[in-house]
Amino acid sequence: MTLRTTTLAAAILAVSAHGAAAQELTIGLSSEPTSMDPQFHNLATNTQVRLNIFESLIAQDPLQGLEPSLATKWEALDDTTWRYSLREGVEFHDGTPFTARDVIYSVCRIPLVENSPSSFSIYTQSVTDMRAEDDHTLIIETNGPNPLLPVESSTWAILSADASGAEDTVTFTEDGCEGMGTLPASNDFNSPDVAAGTGPYMLDEFTRGSQIVLTRNEDYWGEAPDWERIVMRPITSAGPRVAALLSGDVDMIESPPIQDLPRLEDANFKVVDSLSNRIIYLHMYHQDHDAPGIEGTNGENPLLDAKVREAISLAINREAIVERIMGGYAEPAGELLPPPMFGTSGRAVDAYDPERAQALLAEAGYEDGFKIVLGTPNDRYINDEQVAQAVAQMLTRIGIETEVDASTASQFFSRRNDQEFPIYMAGWGAASGEMSSPLKSLVASYDPDAGLGVTNPGRYSNPELDSILKEAMVTIDDDKRSQLLQKAESIALDEHGIIPLHYERTAWAMKPGLDYEPRVDQYTLAFEVKDVSDEAQD
Amino acid sequence: MLVYLIRRLGQSLLAVTAMAFLVFLGVYAIGNPVDILVSPDATQAEIQATVQRLGLDKPLWDQFLVFVGNVFHGDLGTSFVYGRPALDIVLERLPATMELALVALFISVAVGVPLGVYAGLKPDSIGGRSVMAGSILGFSLPNFWQGMILILFFAVFLGWLPAGGRGETVNVLGIPVSFLTLDGLKHLLLPALNLALFKMSLVIRLTRANTREVALQDYVKFARAKGISHRRVVFVHILKNIMIPVVTILGLELGSMVAFAIVTETVFAWPGMGKLLIDSINLLDRPVIVAYLMLTVFIIVGINLVVDILYSALDPRVRLSEVKG
Repeated sequence: MTLRTTTLAAAILAVSAHGAAAQELTIGLSSEPTSMDPQFHNLATNTQVRLNIFESLIAQDPLQGLEPSLATKWEALDDTTWRYSLREGVEFHDGTPFTARDVIYSVCRIPLVENSPSSFSIYTQSVTDMRAEDDHTLIIETNGPNPLLPVESSTWAILSADASGAEDTVTFTEDGCEGMGTLPASNDFNSPDVAAGTGPYMLDEFTRGSQIVLTRNEDYWGEAPDWERIVMRPITSAGPRVAALLSGDVDMIESPPIQDLPRLEDANFKVVDSLSNRIIYLHMYHQDHDAPGIEGTNGENPLLDAKVREAISLAINREAIVERIMGGYAEPAGELLPPPMFGTSGRAVDAYDPERAQALLAEAGYEDGFKIVLGTPNDRYINDEQVAQAVAQMLTRIGIETEVDASTASQFFSRRNDQEFPIYMAGWGAASGEMSSPLKSLVASYDPDAGLGVTNPGRYSNPELDSILKEAMVTIDDDKRSQLLQKAESIALDEHGIIPLHYERTAWAMKPGLDYEPRVDQYTLAFEVKDVSDEAQD
Repeated sequence: MLVYLIRRLGQSLLAVTAMAFLVFLGVYAIGNPVDILVSPDATQAEIQATVQRLGLDKPLWDQFLVFVGNVFHGDLGTSFVYGRPALDIVLERLPATMELALVALFISVAVGVPLGVYAGLKPDSIGGRSVMAGSILGFSLPNFWQGMILILFFAVFLGWLPAGGRGETVNVLGIPVSFLTLDGLKHLLLPALNLALFKMSLVIRLTRANTREVALQDYVKFARAKGISHRRVVFVHILKNIMIPVVTILGLELGSMVAFAIVTETVFAWPGMGKLLIDSINLLDRPVIVAYLMLTVFIIVGINLVVDILYSALDPRVRLSEVKG
């Protein structure tokens, strides 16, 4: 009797839960936003949630191409002046109309956000002036030619100047703006009153550690999303996240562990995946002969020899790594960004050729090989430590006796930046979705004041590459810039200054009846999740 | 009594201070938070500004003195990641953890004591042996794995209970609790059970040992000889006497339960302090890690102090031996 009652109760619950699910989408996130303030923390986790509520002038499509959002058109009037035409008839969640004043206010607030762990101001620092020609035309001036301004403006979350307490006129000046009123603190954005954007969803509730609830903005200017309510729950451990999907607690999860994907597909769940903008690469110590962690070379640094670096690249069987360790959820890489993204050349992947690798080592005078330490994080990228182990075995096979030194990400990045590794494996996701991002950070000569080579602890340096890259960074014309970026990338790859391994693929798993177009920037955008259950049933 | 109290208080303070030093040093030995926090394409100026804002440019001893100075004002620092007072962030998560720990404690007593008494009264029966064998399992299963199995069985296979999260909460005196709603209870059950299993085994073993000892005492034999019913002997004469050590141990174990909750909270996505700690360690959010550890130290030292004082009040022998020692 008791058993029957329980079963009955469970059945009733299941039915009622199902009825509600048609209007509600629950997503299991792998990490939690640190704040609801869209300008607080330059972090993918925050951005993918804020895009539901706060839009930008320009949006990025699933391949990180730019598309109109709050701006319908943007053009460079000359090398340093841009005109943005703003969309008319758009309202914020609090009912106030969207105008150029809101944009100026939003850009002005970015450098003023208090205690920001990682500020968005790196994307506003080229702006020297902003003025409204009229309510829906905005002129932006930059301190030099900045072809990336449209990409950078896609990171500016547009706030409602009224809801934030601005004065009637907001004026941009380079050293702090006027008319800003009292700035809302980051914590104020937990309240739906302050968190007024123009996006397809409005903030309903943010309970730290527990859930974020969004409700549909019925007055949205664009295409209406499929769900009345979105619940996002942070489930940071991968196993429990998969279990939550299996048990029906959530309808969709991001980054399911790749070893669980076949099982999820067998259980009738849908898995979508695509290439990501993240390249996994090997970086080597180029600074001088005092390389750390190398033995058996009479105090020399063999990595200074391009032949040795080429040998390392040829010794790696990328296909095998992708097939056996990444379970097919990766692709062998020949560049720093997957083609056909902006600035790629379609260069061929280095072929696996251990004989040639051994011959190159002999030519360089290391026929007896040497000993080296390979640094890697063990909890940052998909199966990172296993990939590093495989690389180590492959290198050992051609005579470079490689020992893997794996540590947790927080340790690894500090040690890497302290130049503790002669060679290390890491990943780079191009936030801007084009080639200048990896080139500037990974292979440009180390010049921290200019923001160049900041993730180049091996200090690889090639003056020709630097000058071409610098030219590209001030070339507004897209075709020309693409050519220059390709040239700069080829220089680094020709002399194996950096060795690409593979591009990660990102997967999403969801219950049948849902659909999501996978994105190279790995964002889980709730408003892009489609309800296709009707089509499936009919 | 007063001397004892002062001395005991001094010892507690010493323990807290020593822990503060250890915690601070330990946390500062792991990685550089700036490498994790700042976006990898930030410029040097940006990085430098962050370093200064977080006070990481100062030497370690200086940072420690600033920290200690602030502690006396009740300020455990500002979170690097959330930009808010670290203590607030930890305290915000305290109710969820305490609720979980208390419910787990309740389960371990409610199930553990009856099973322990049964096993103690009938040590050689099949039932008694099974209970003991089960308690060994409870001791030795890894918490993380055990949690996953509970989820797989109850949430995925049977579909009776949710796999994680806290569910619906209601505010009682401004504190959100989940045990007052059906949805909240359903979310609470699995994580509490997972947390309770280890303690339950402890309670079973403790109760069994005590029952066996007490059952042979003269007053129990006398009660039986007097013809008092079996039920009354067990519930009044035996149970009352075995509860003293059980309650003492559980009081102390409550503190460790709060600390043990880390694994359970992570597996069940329970929004408590433990999950916050793990997230903060991954992000190298030093002030939050320090605030969490200091709060835990404070709770455990506090419980110990109270228990010791109660003990000396109840049992003069403790006080005497302290003076001699």
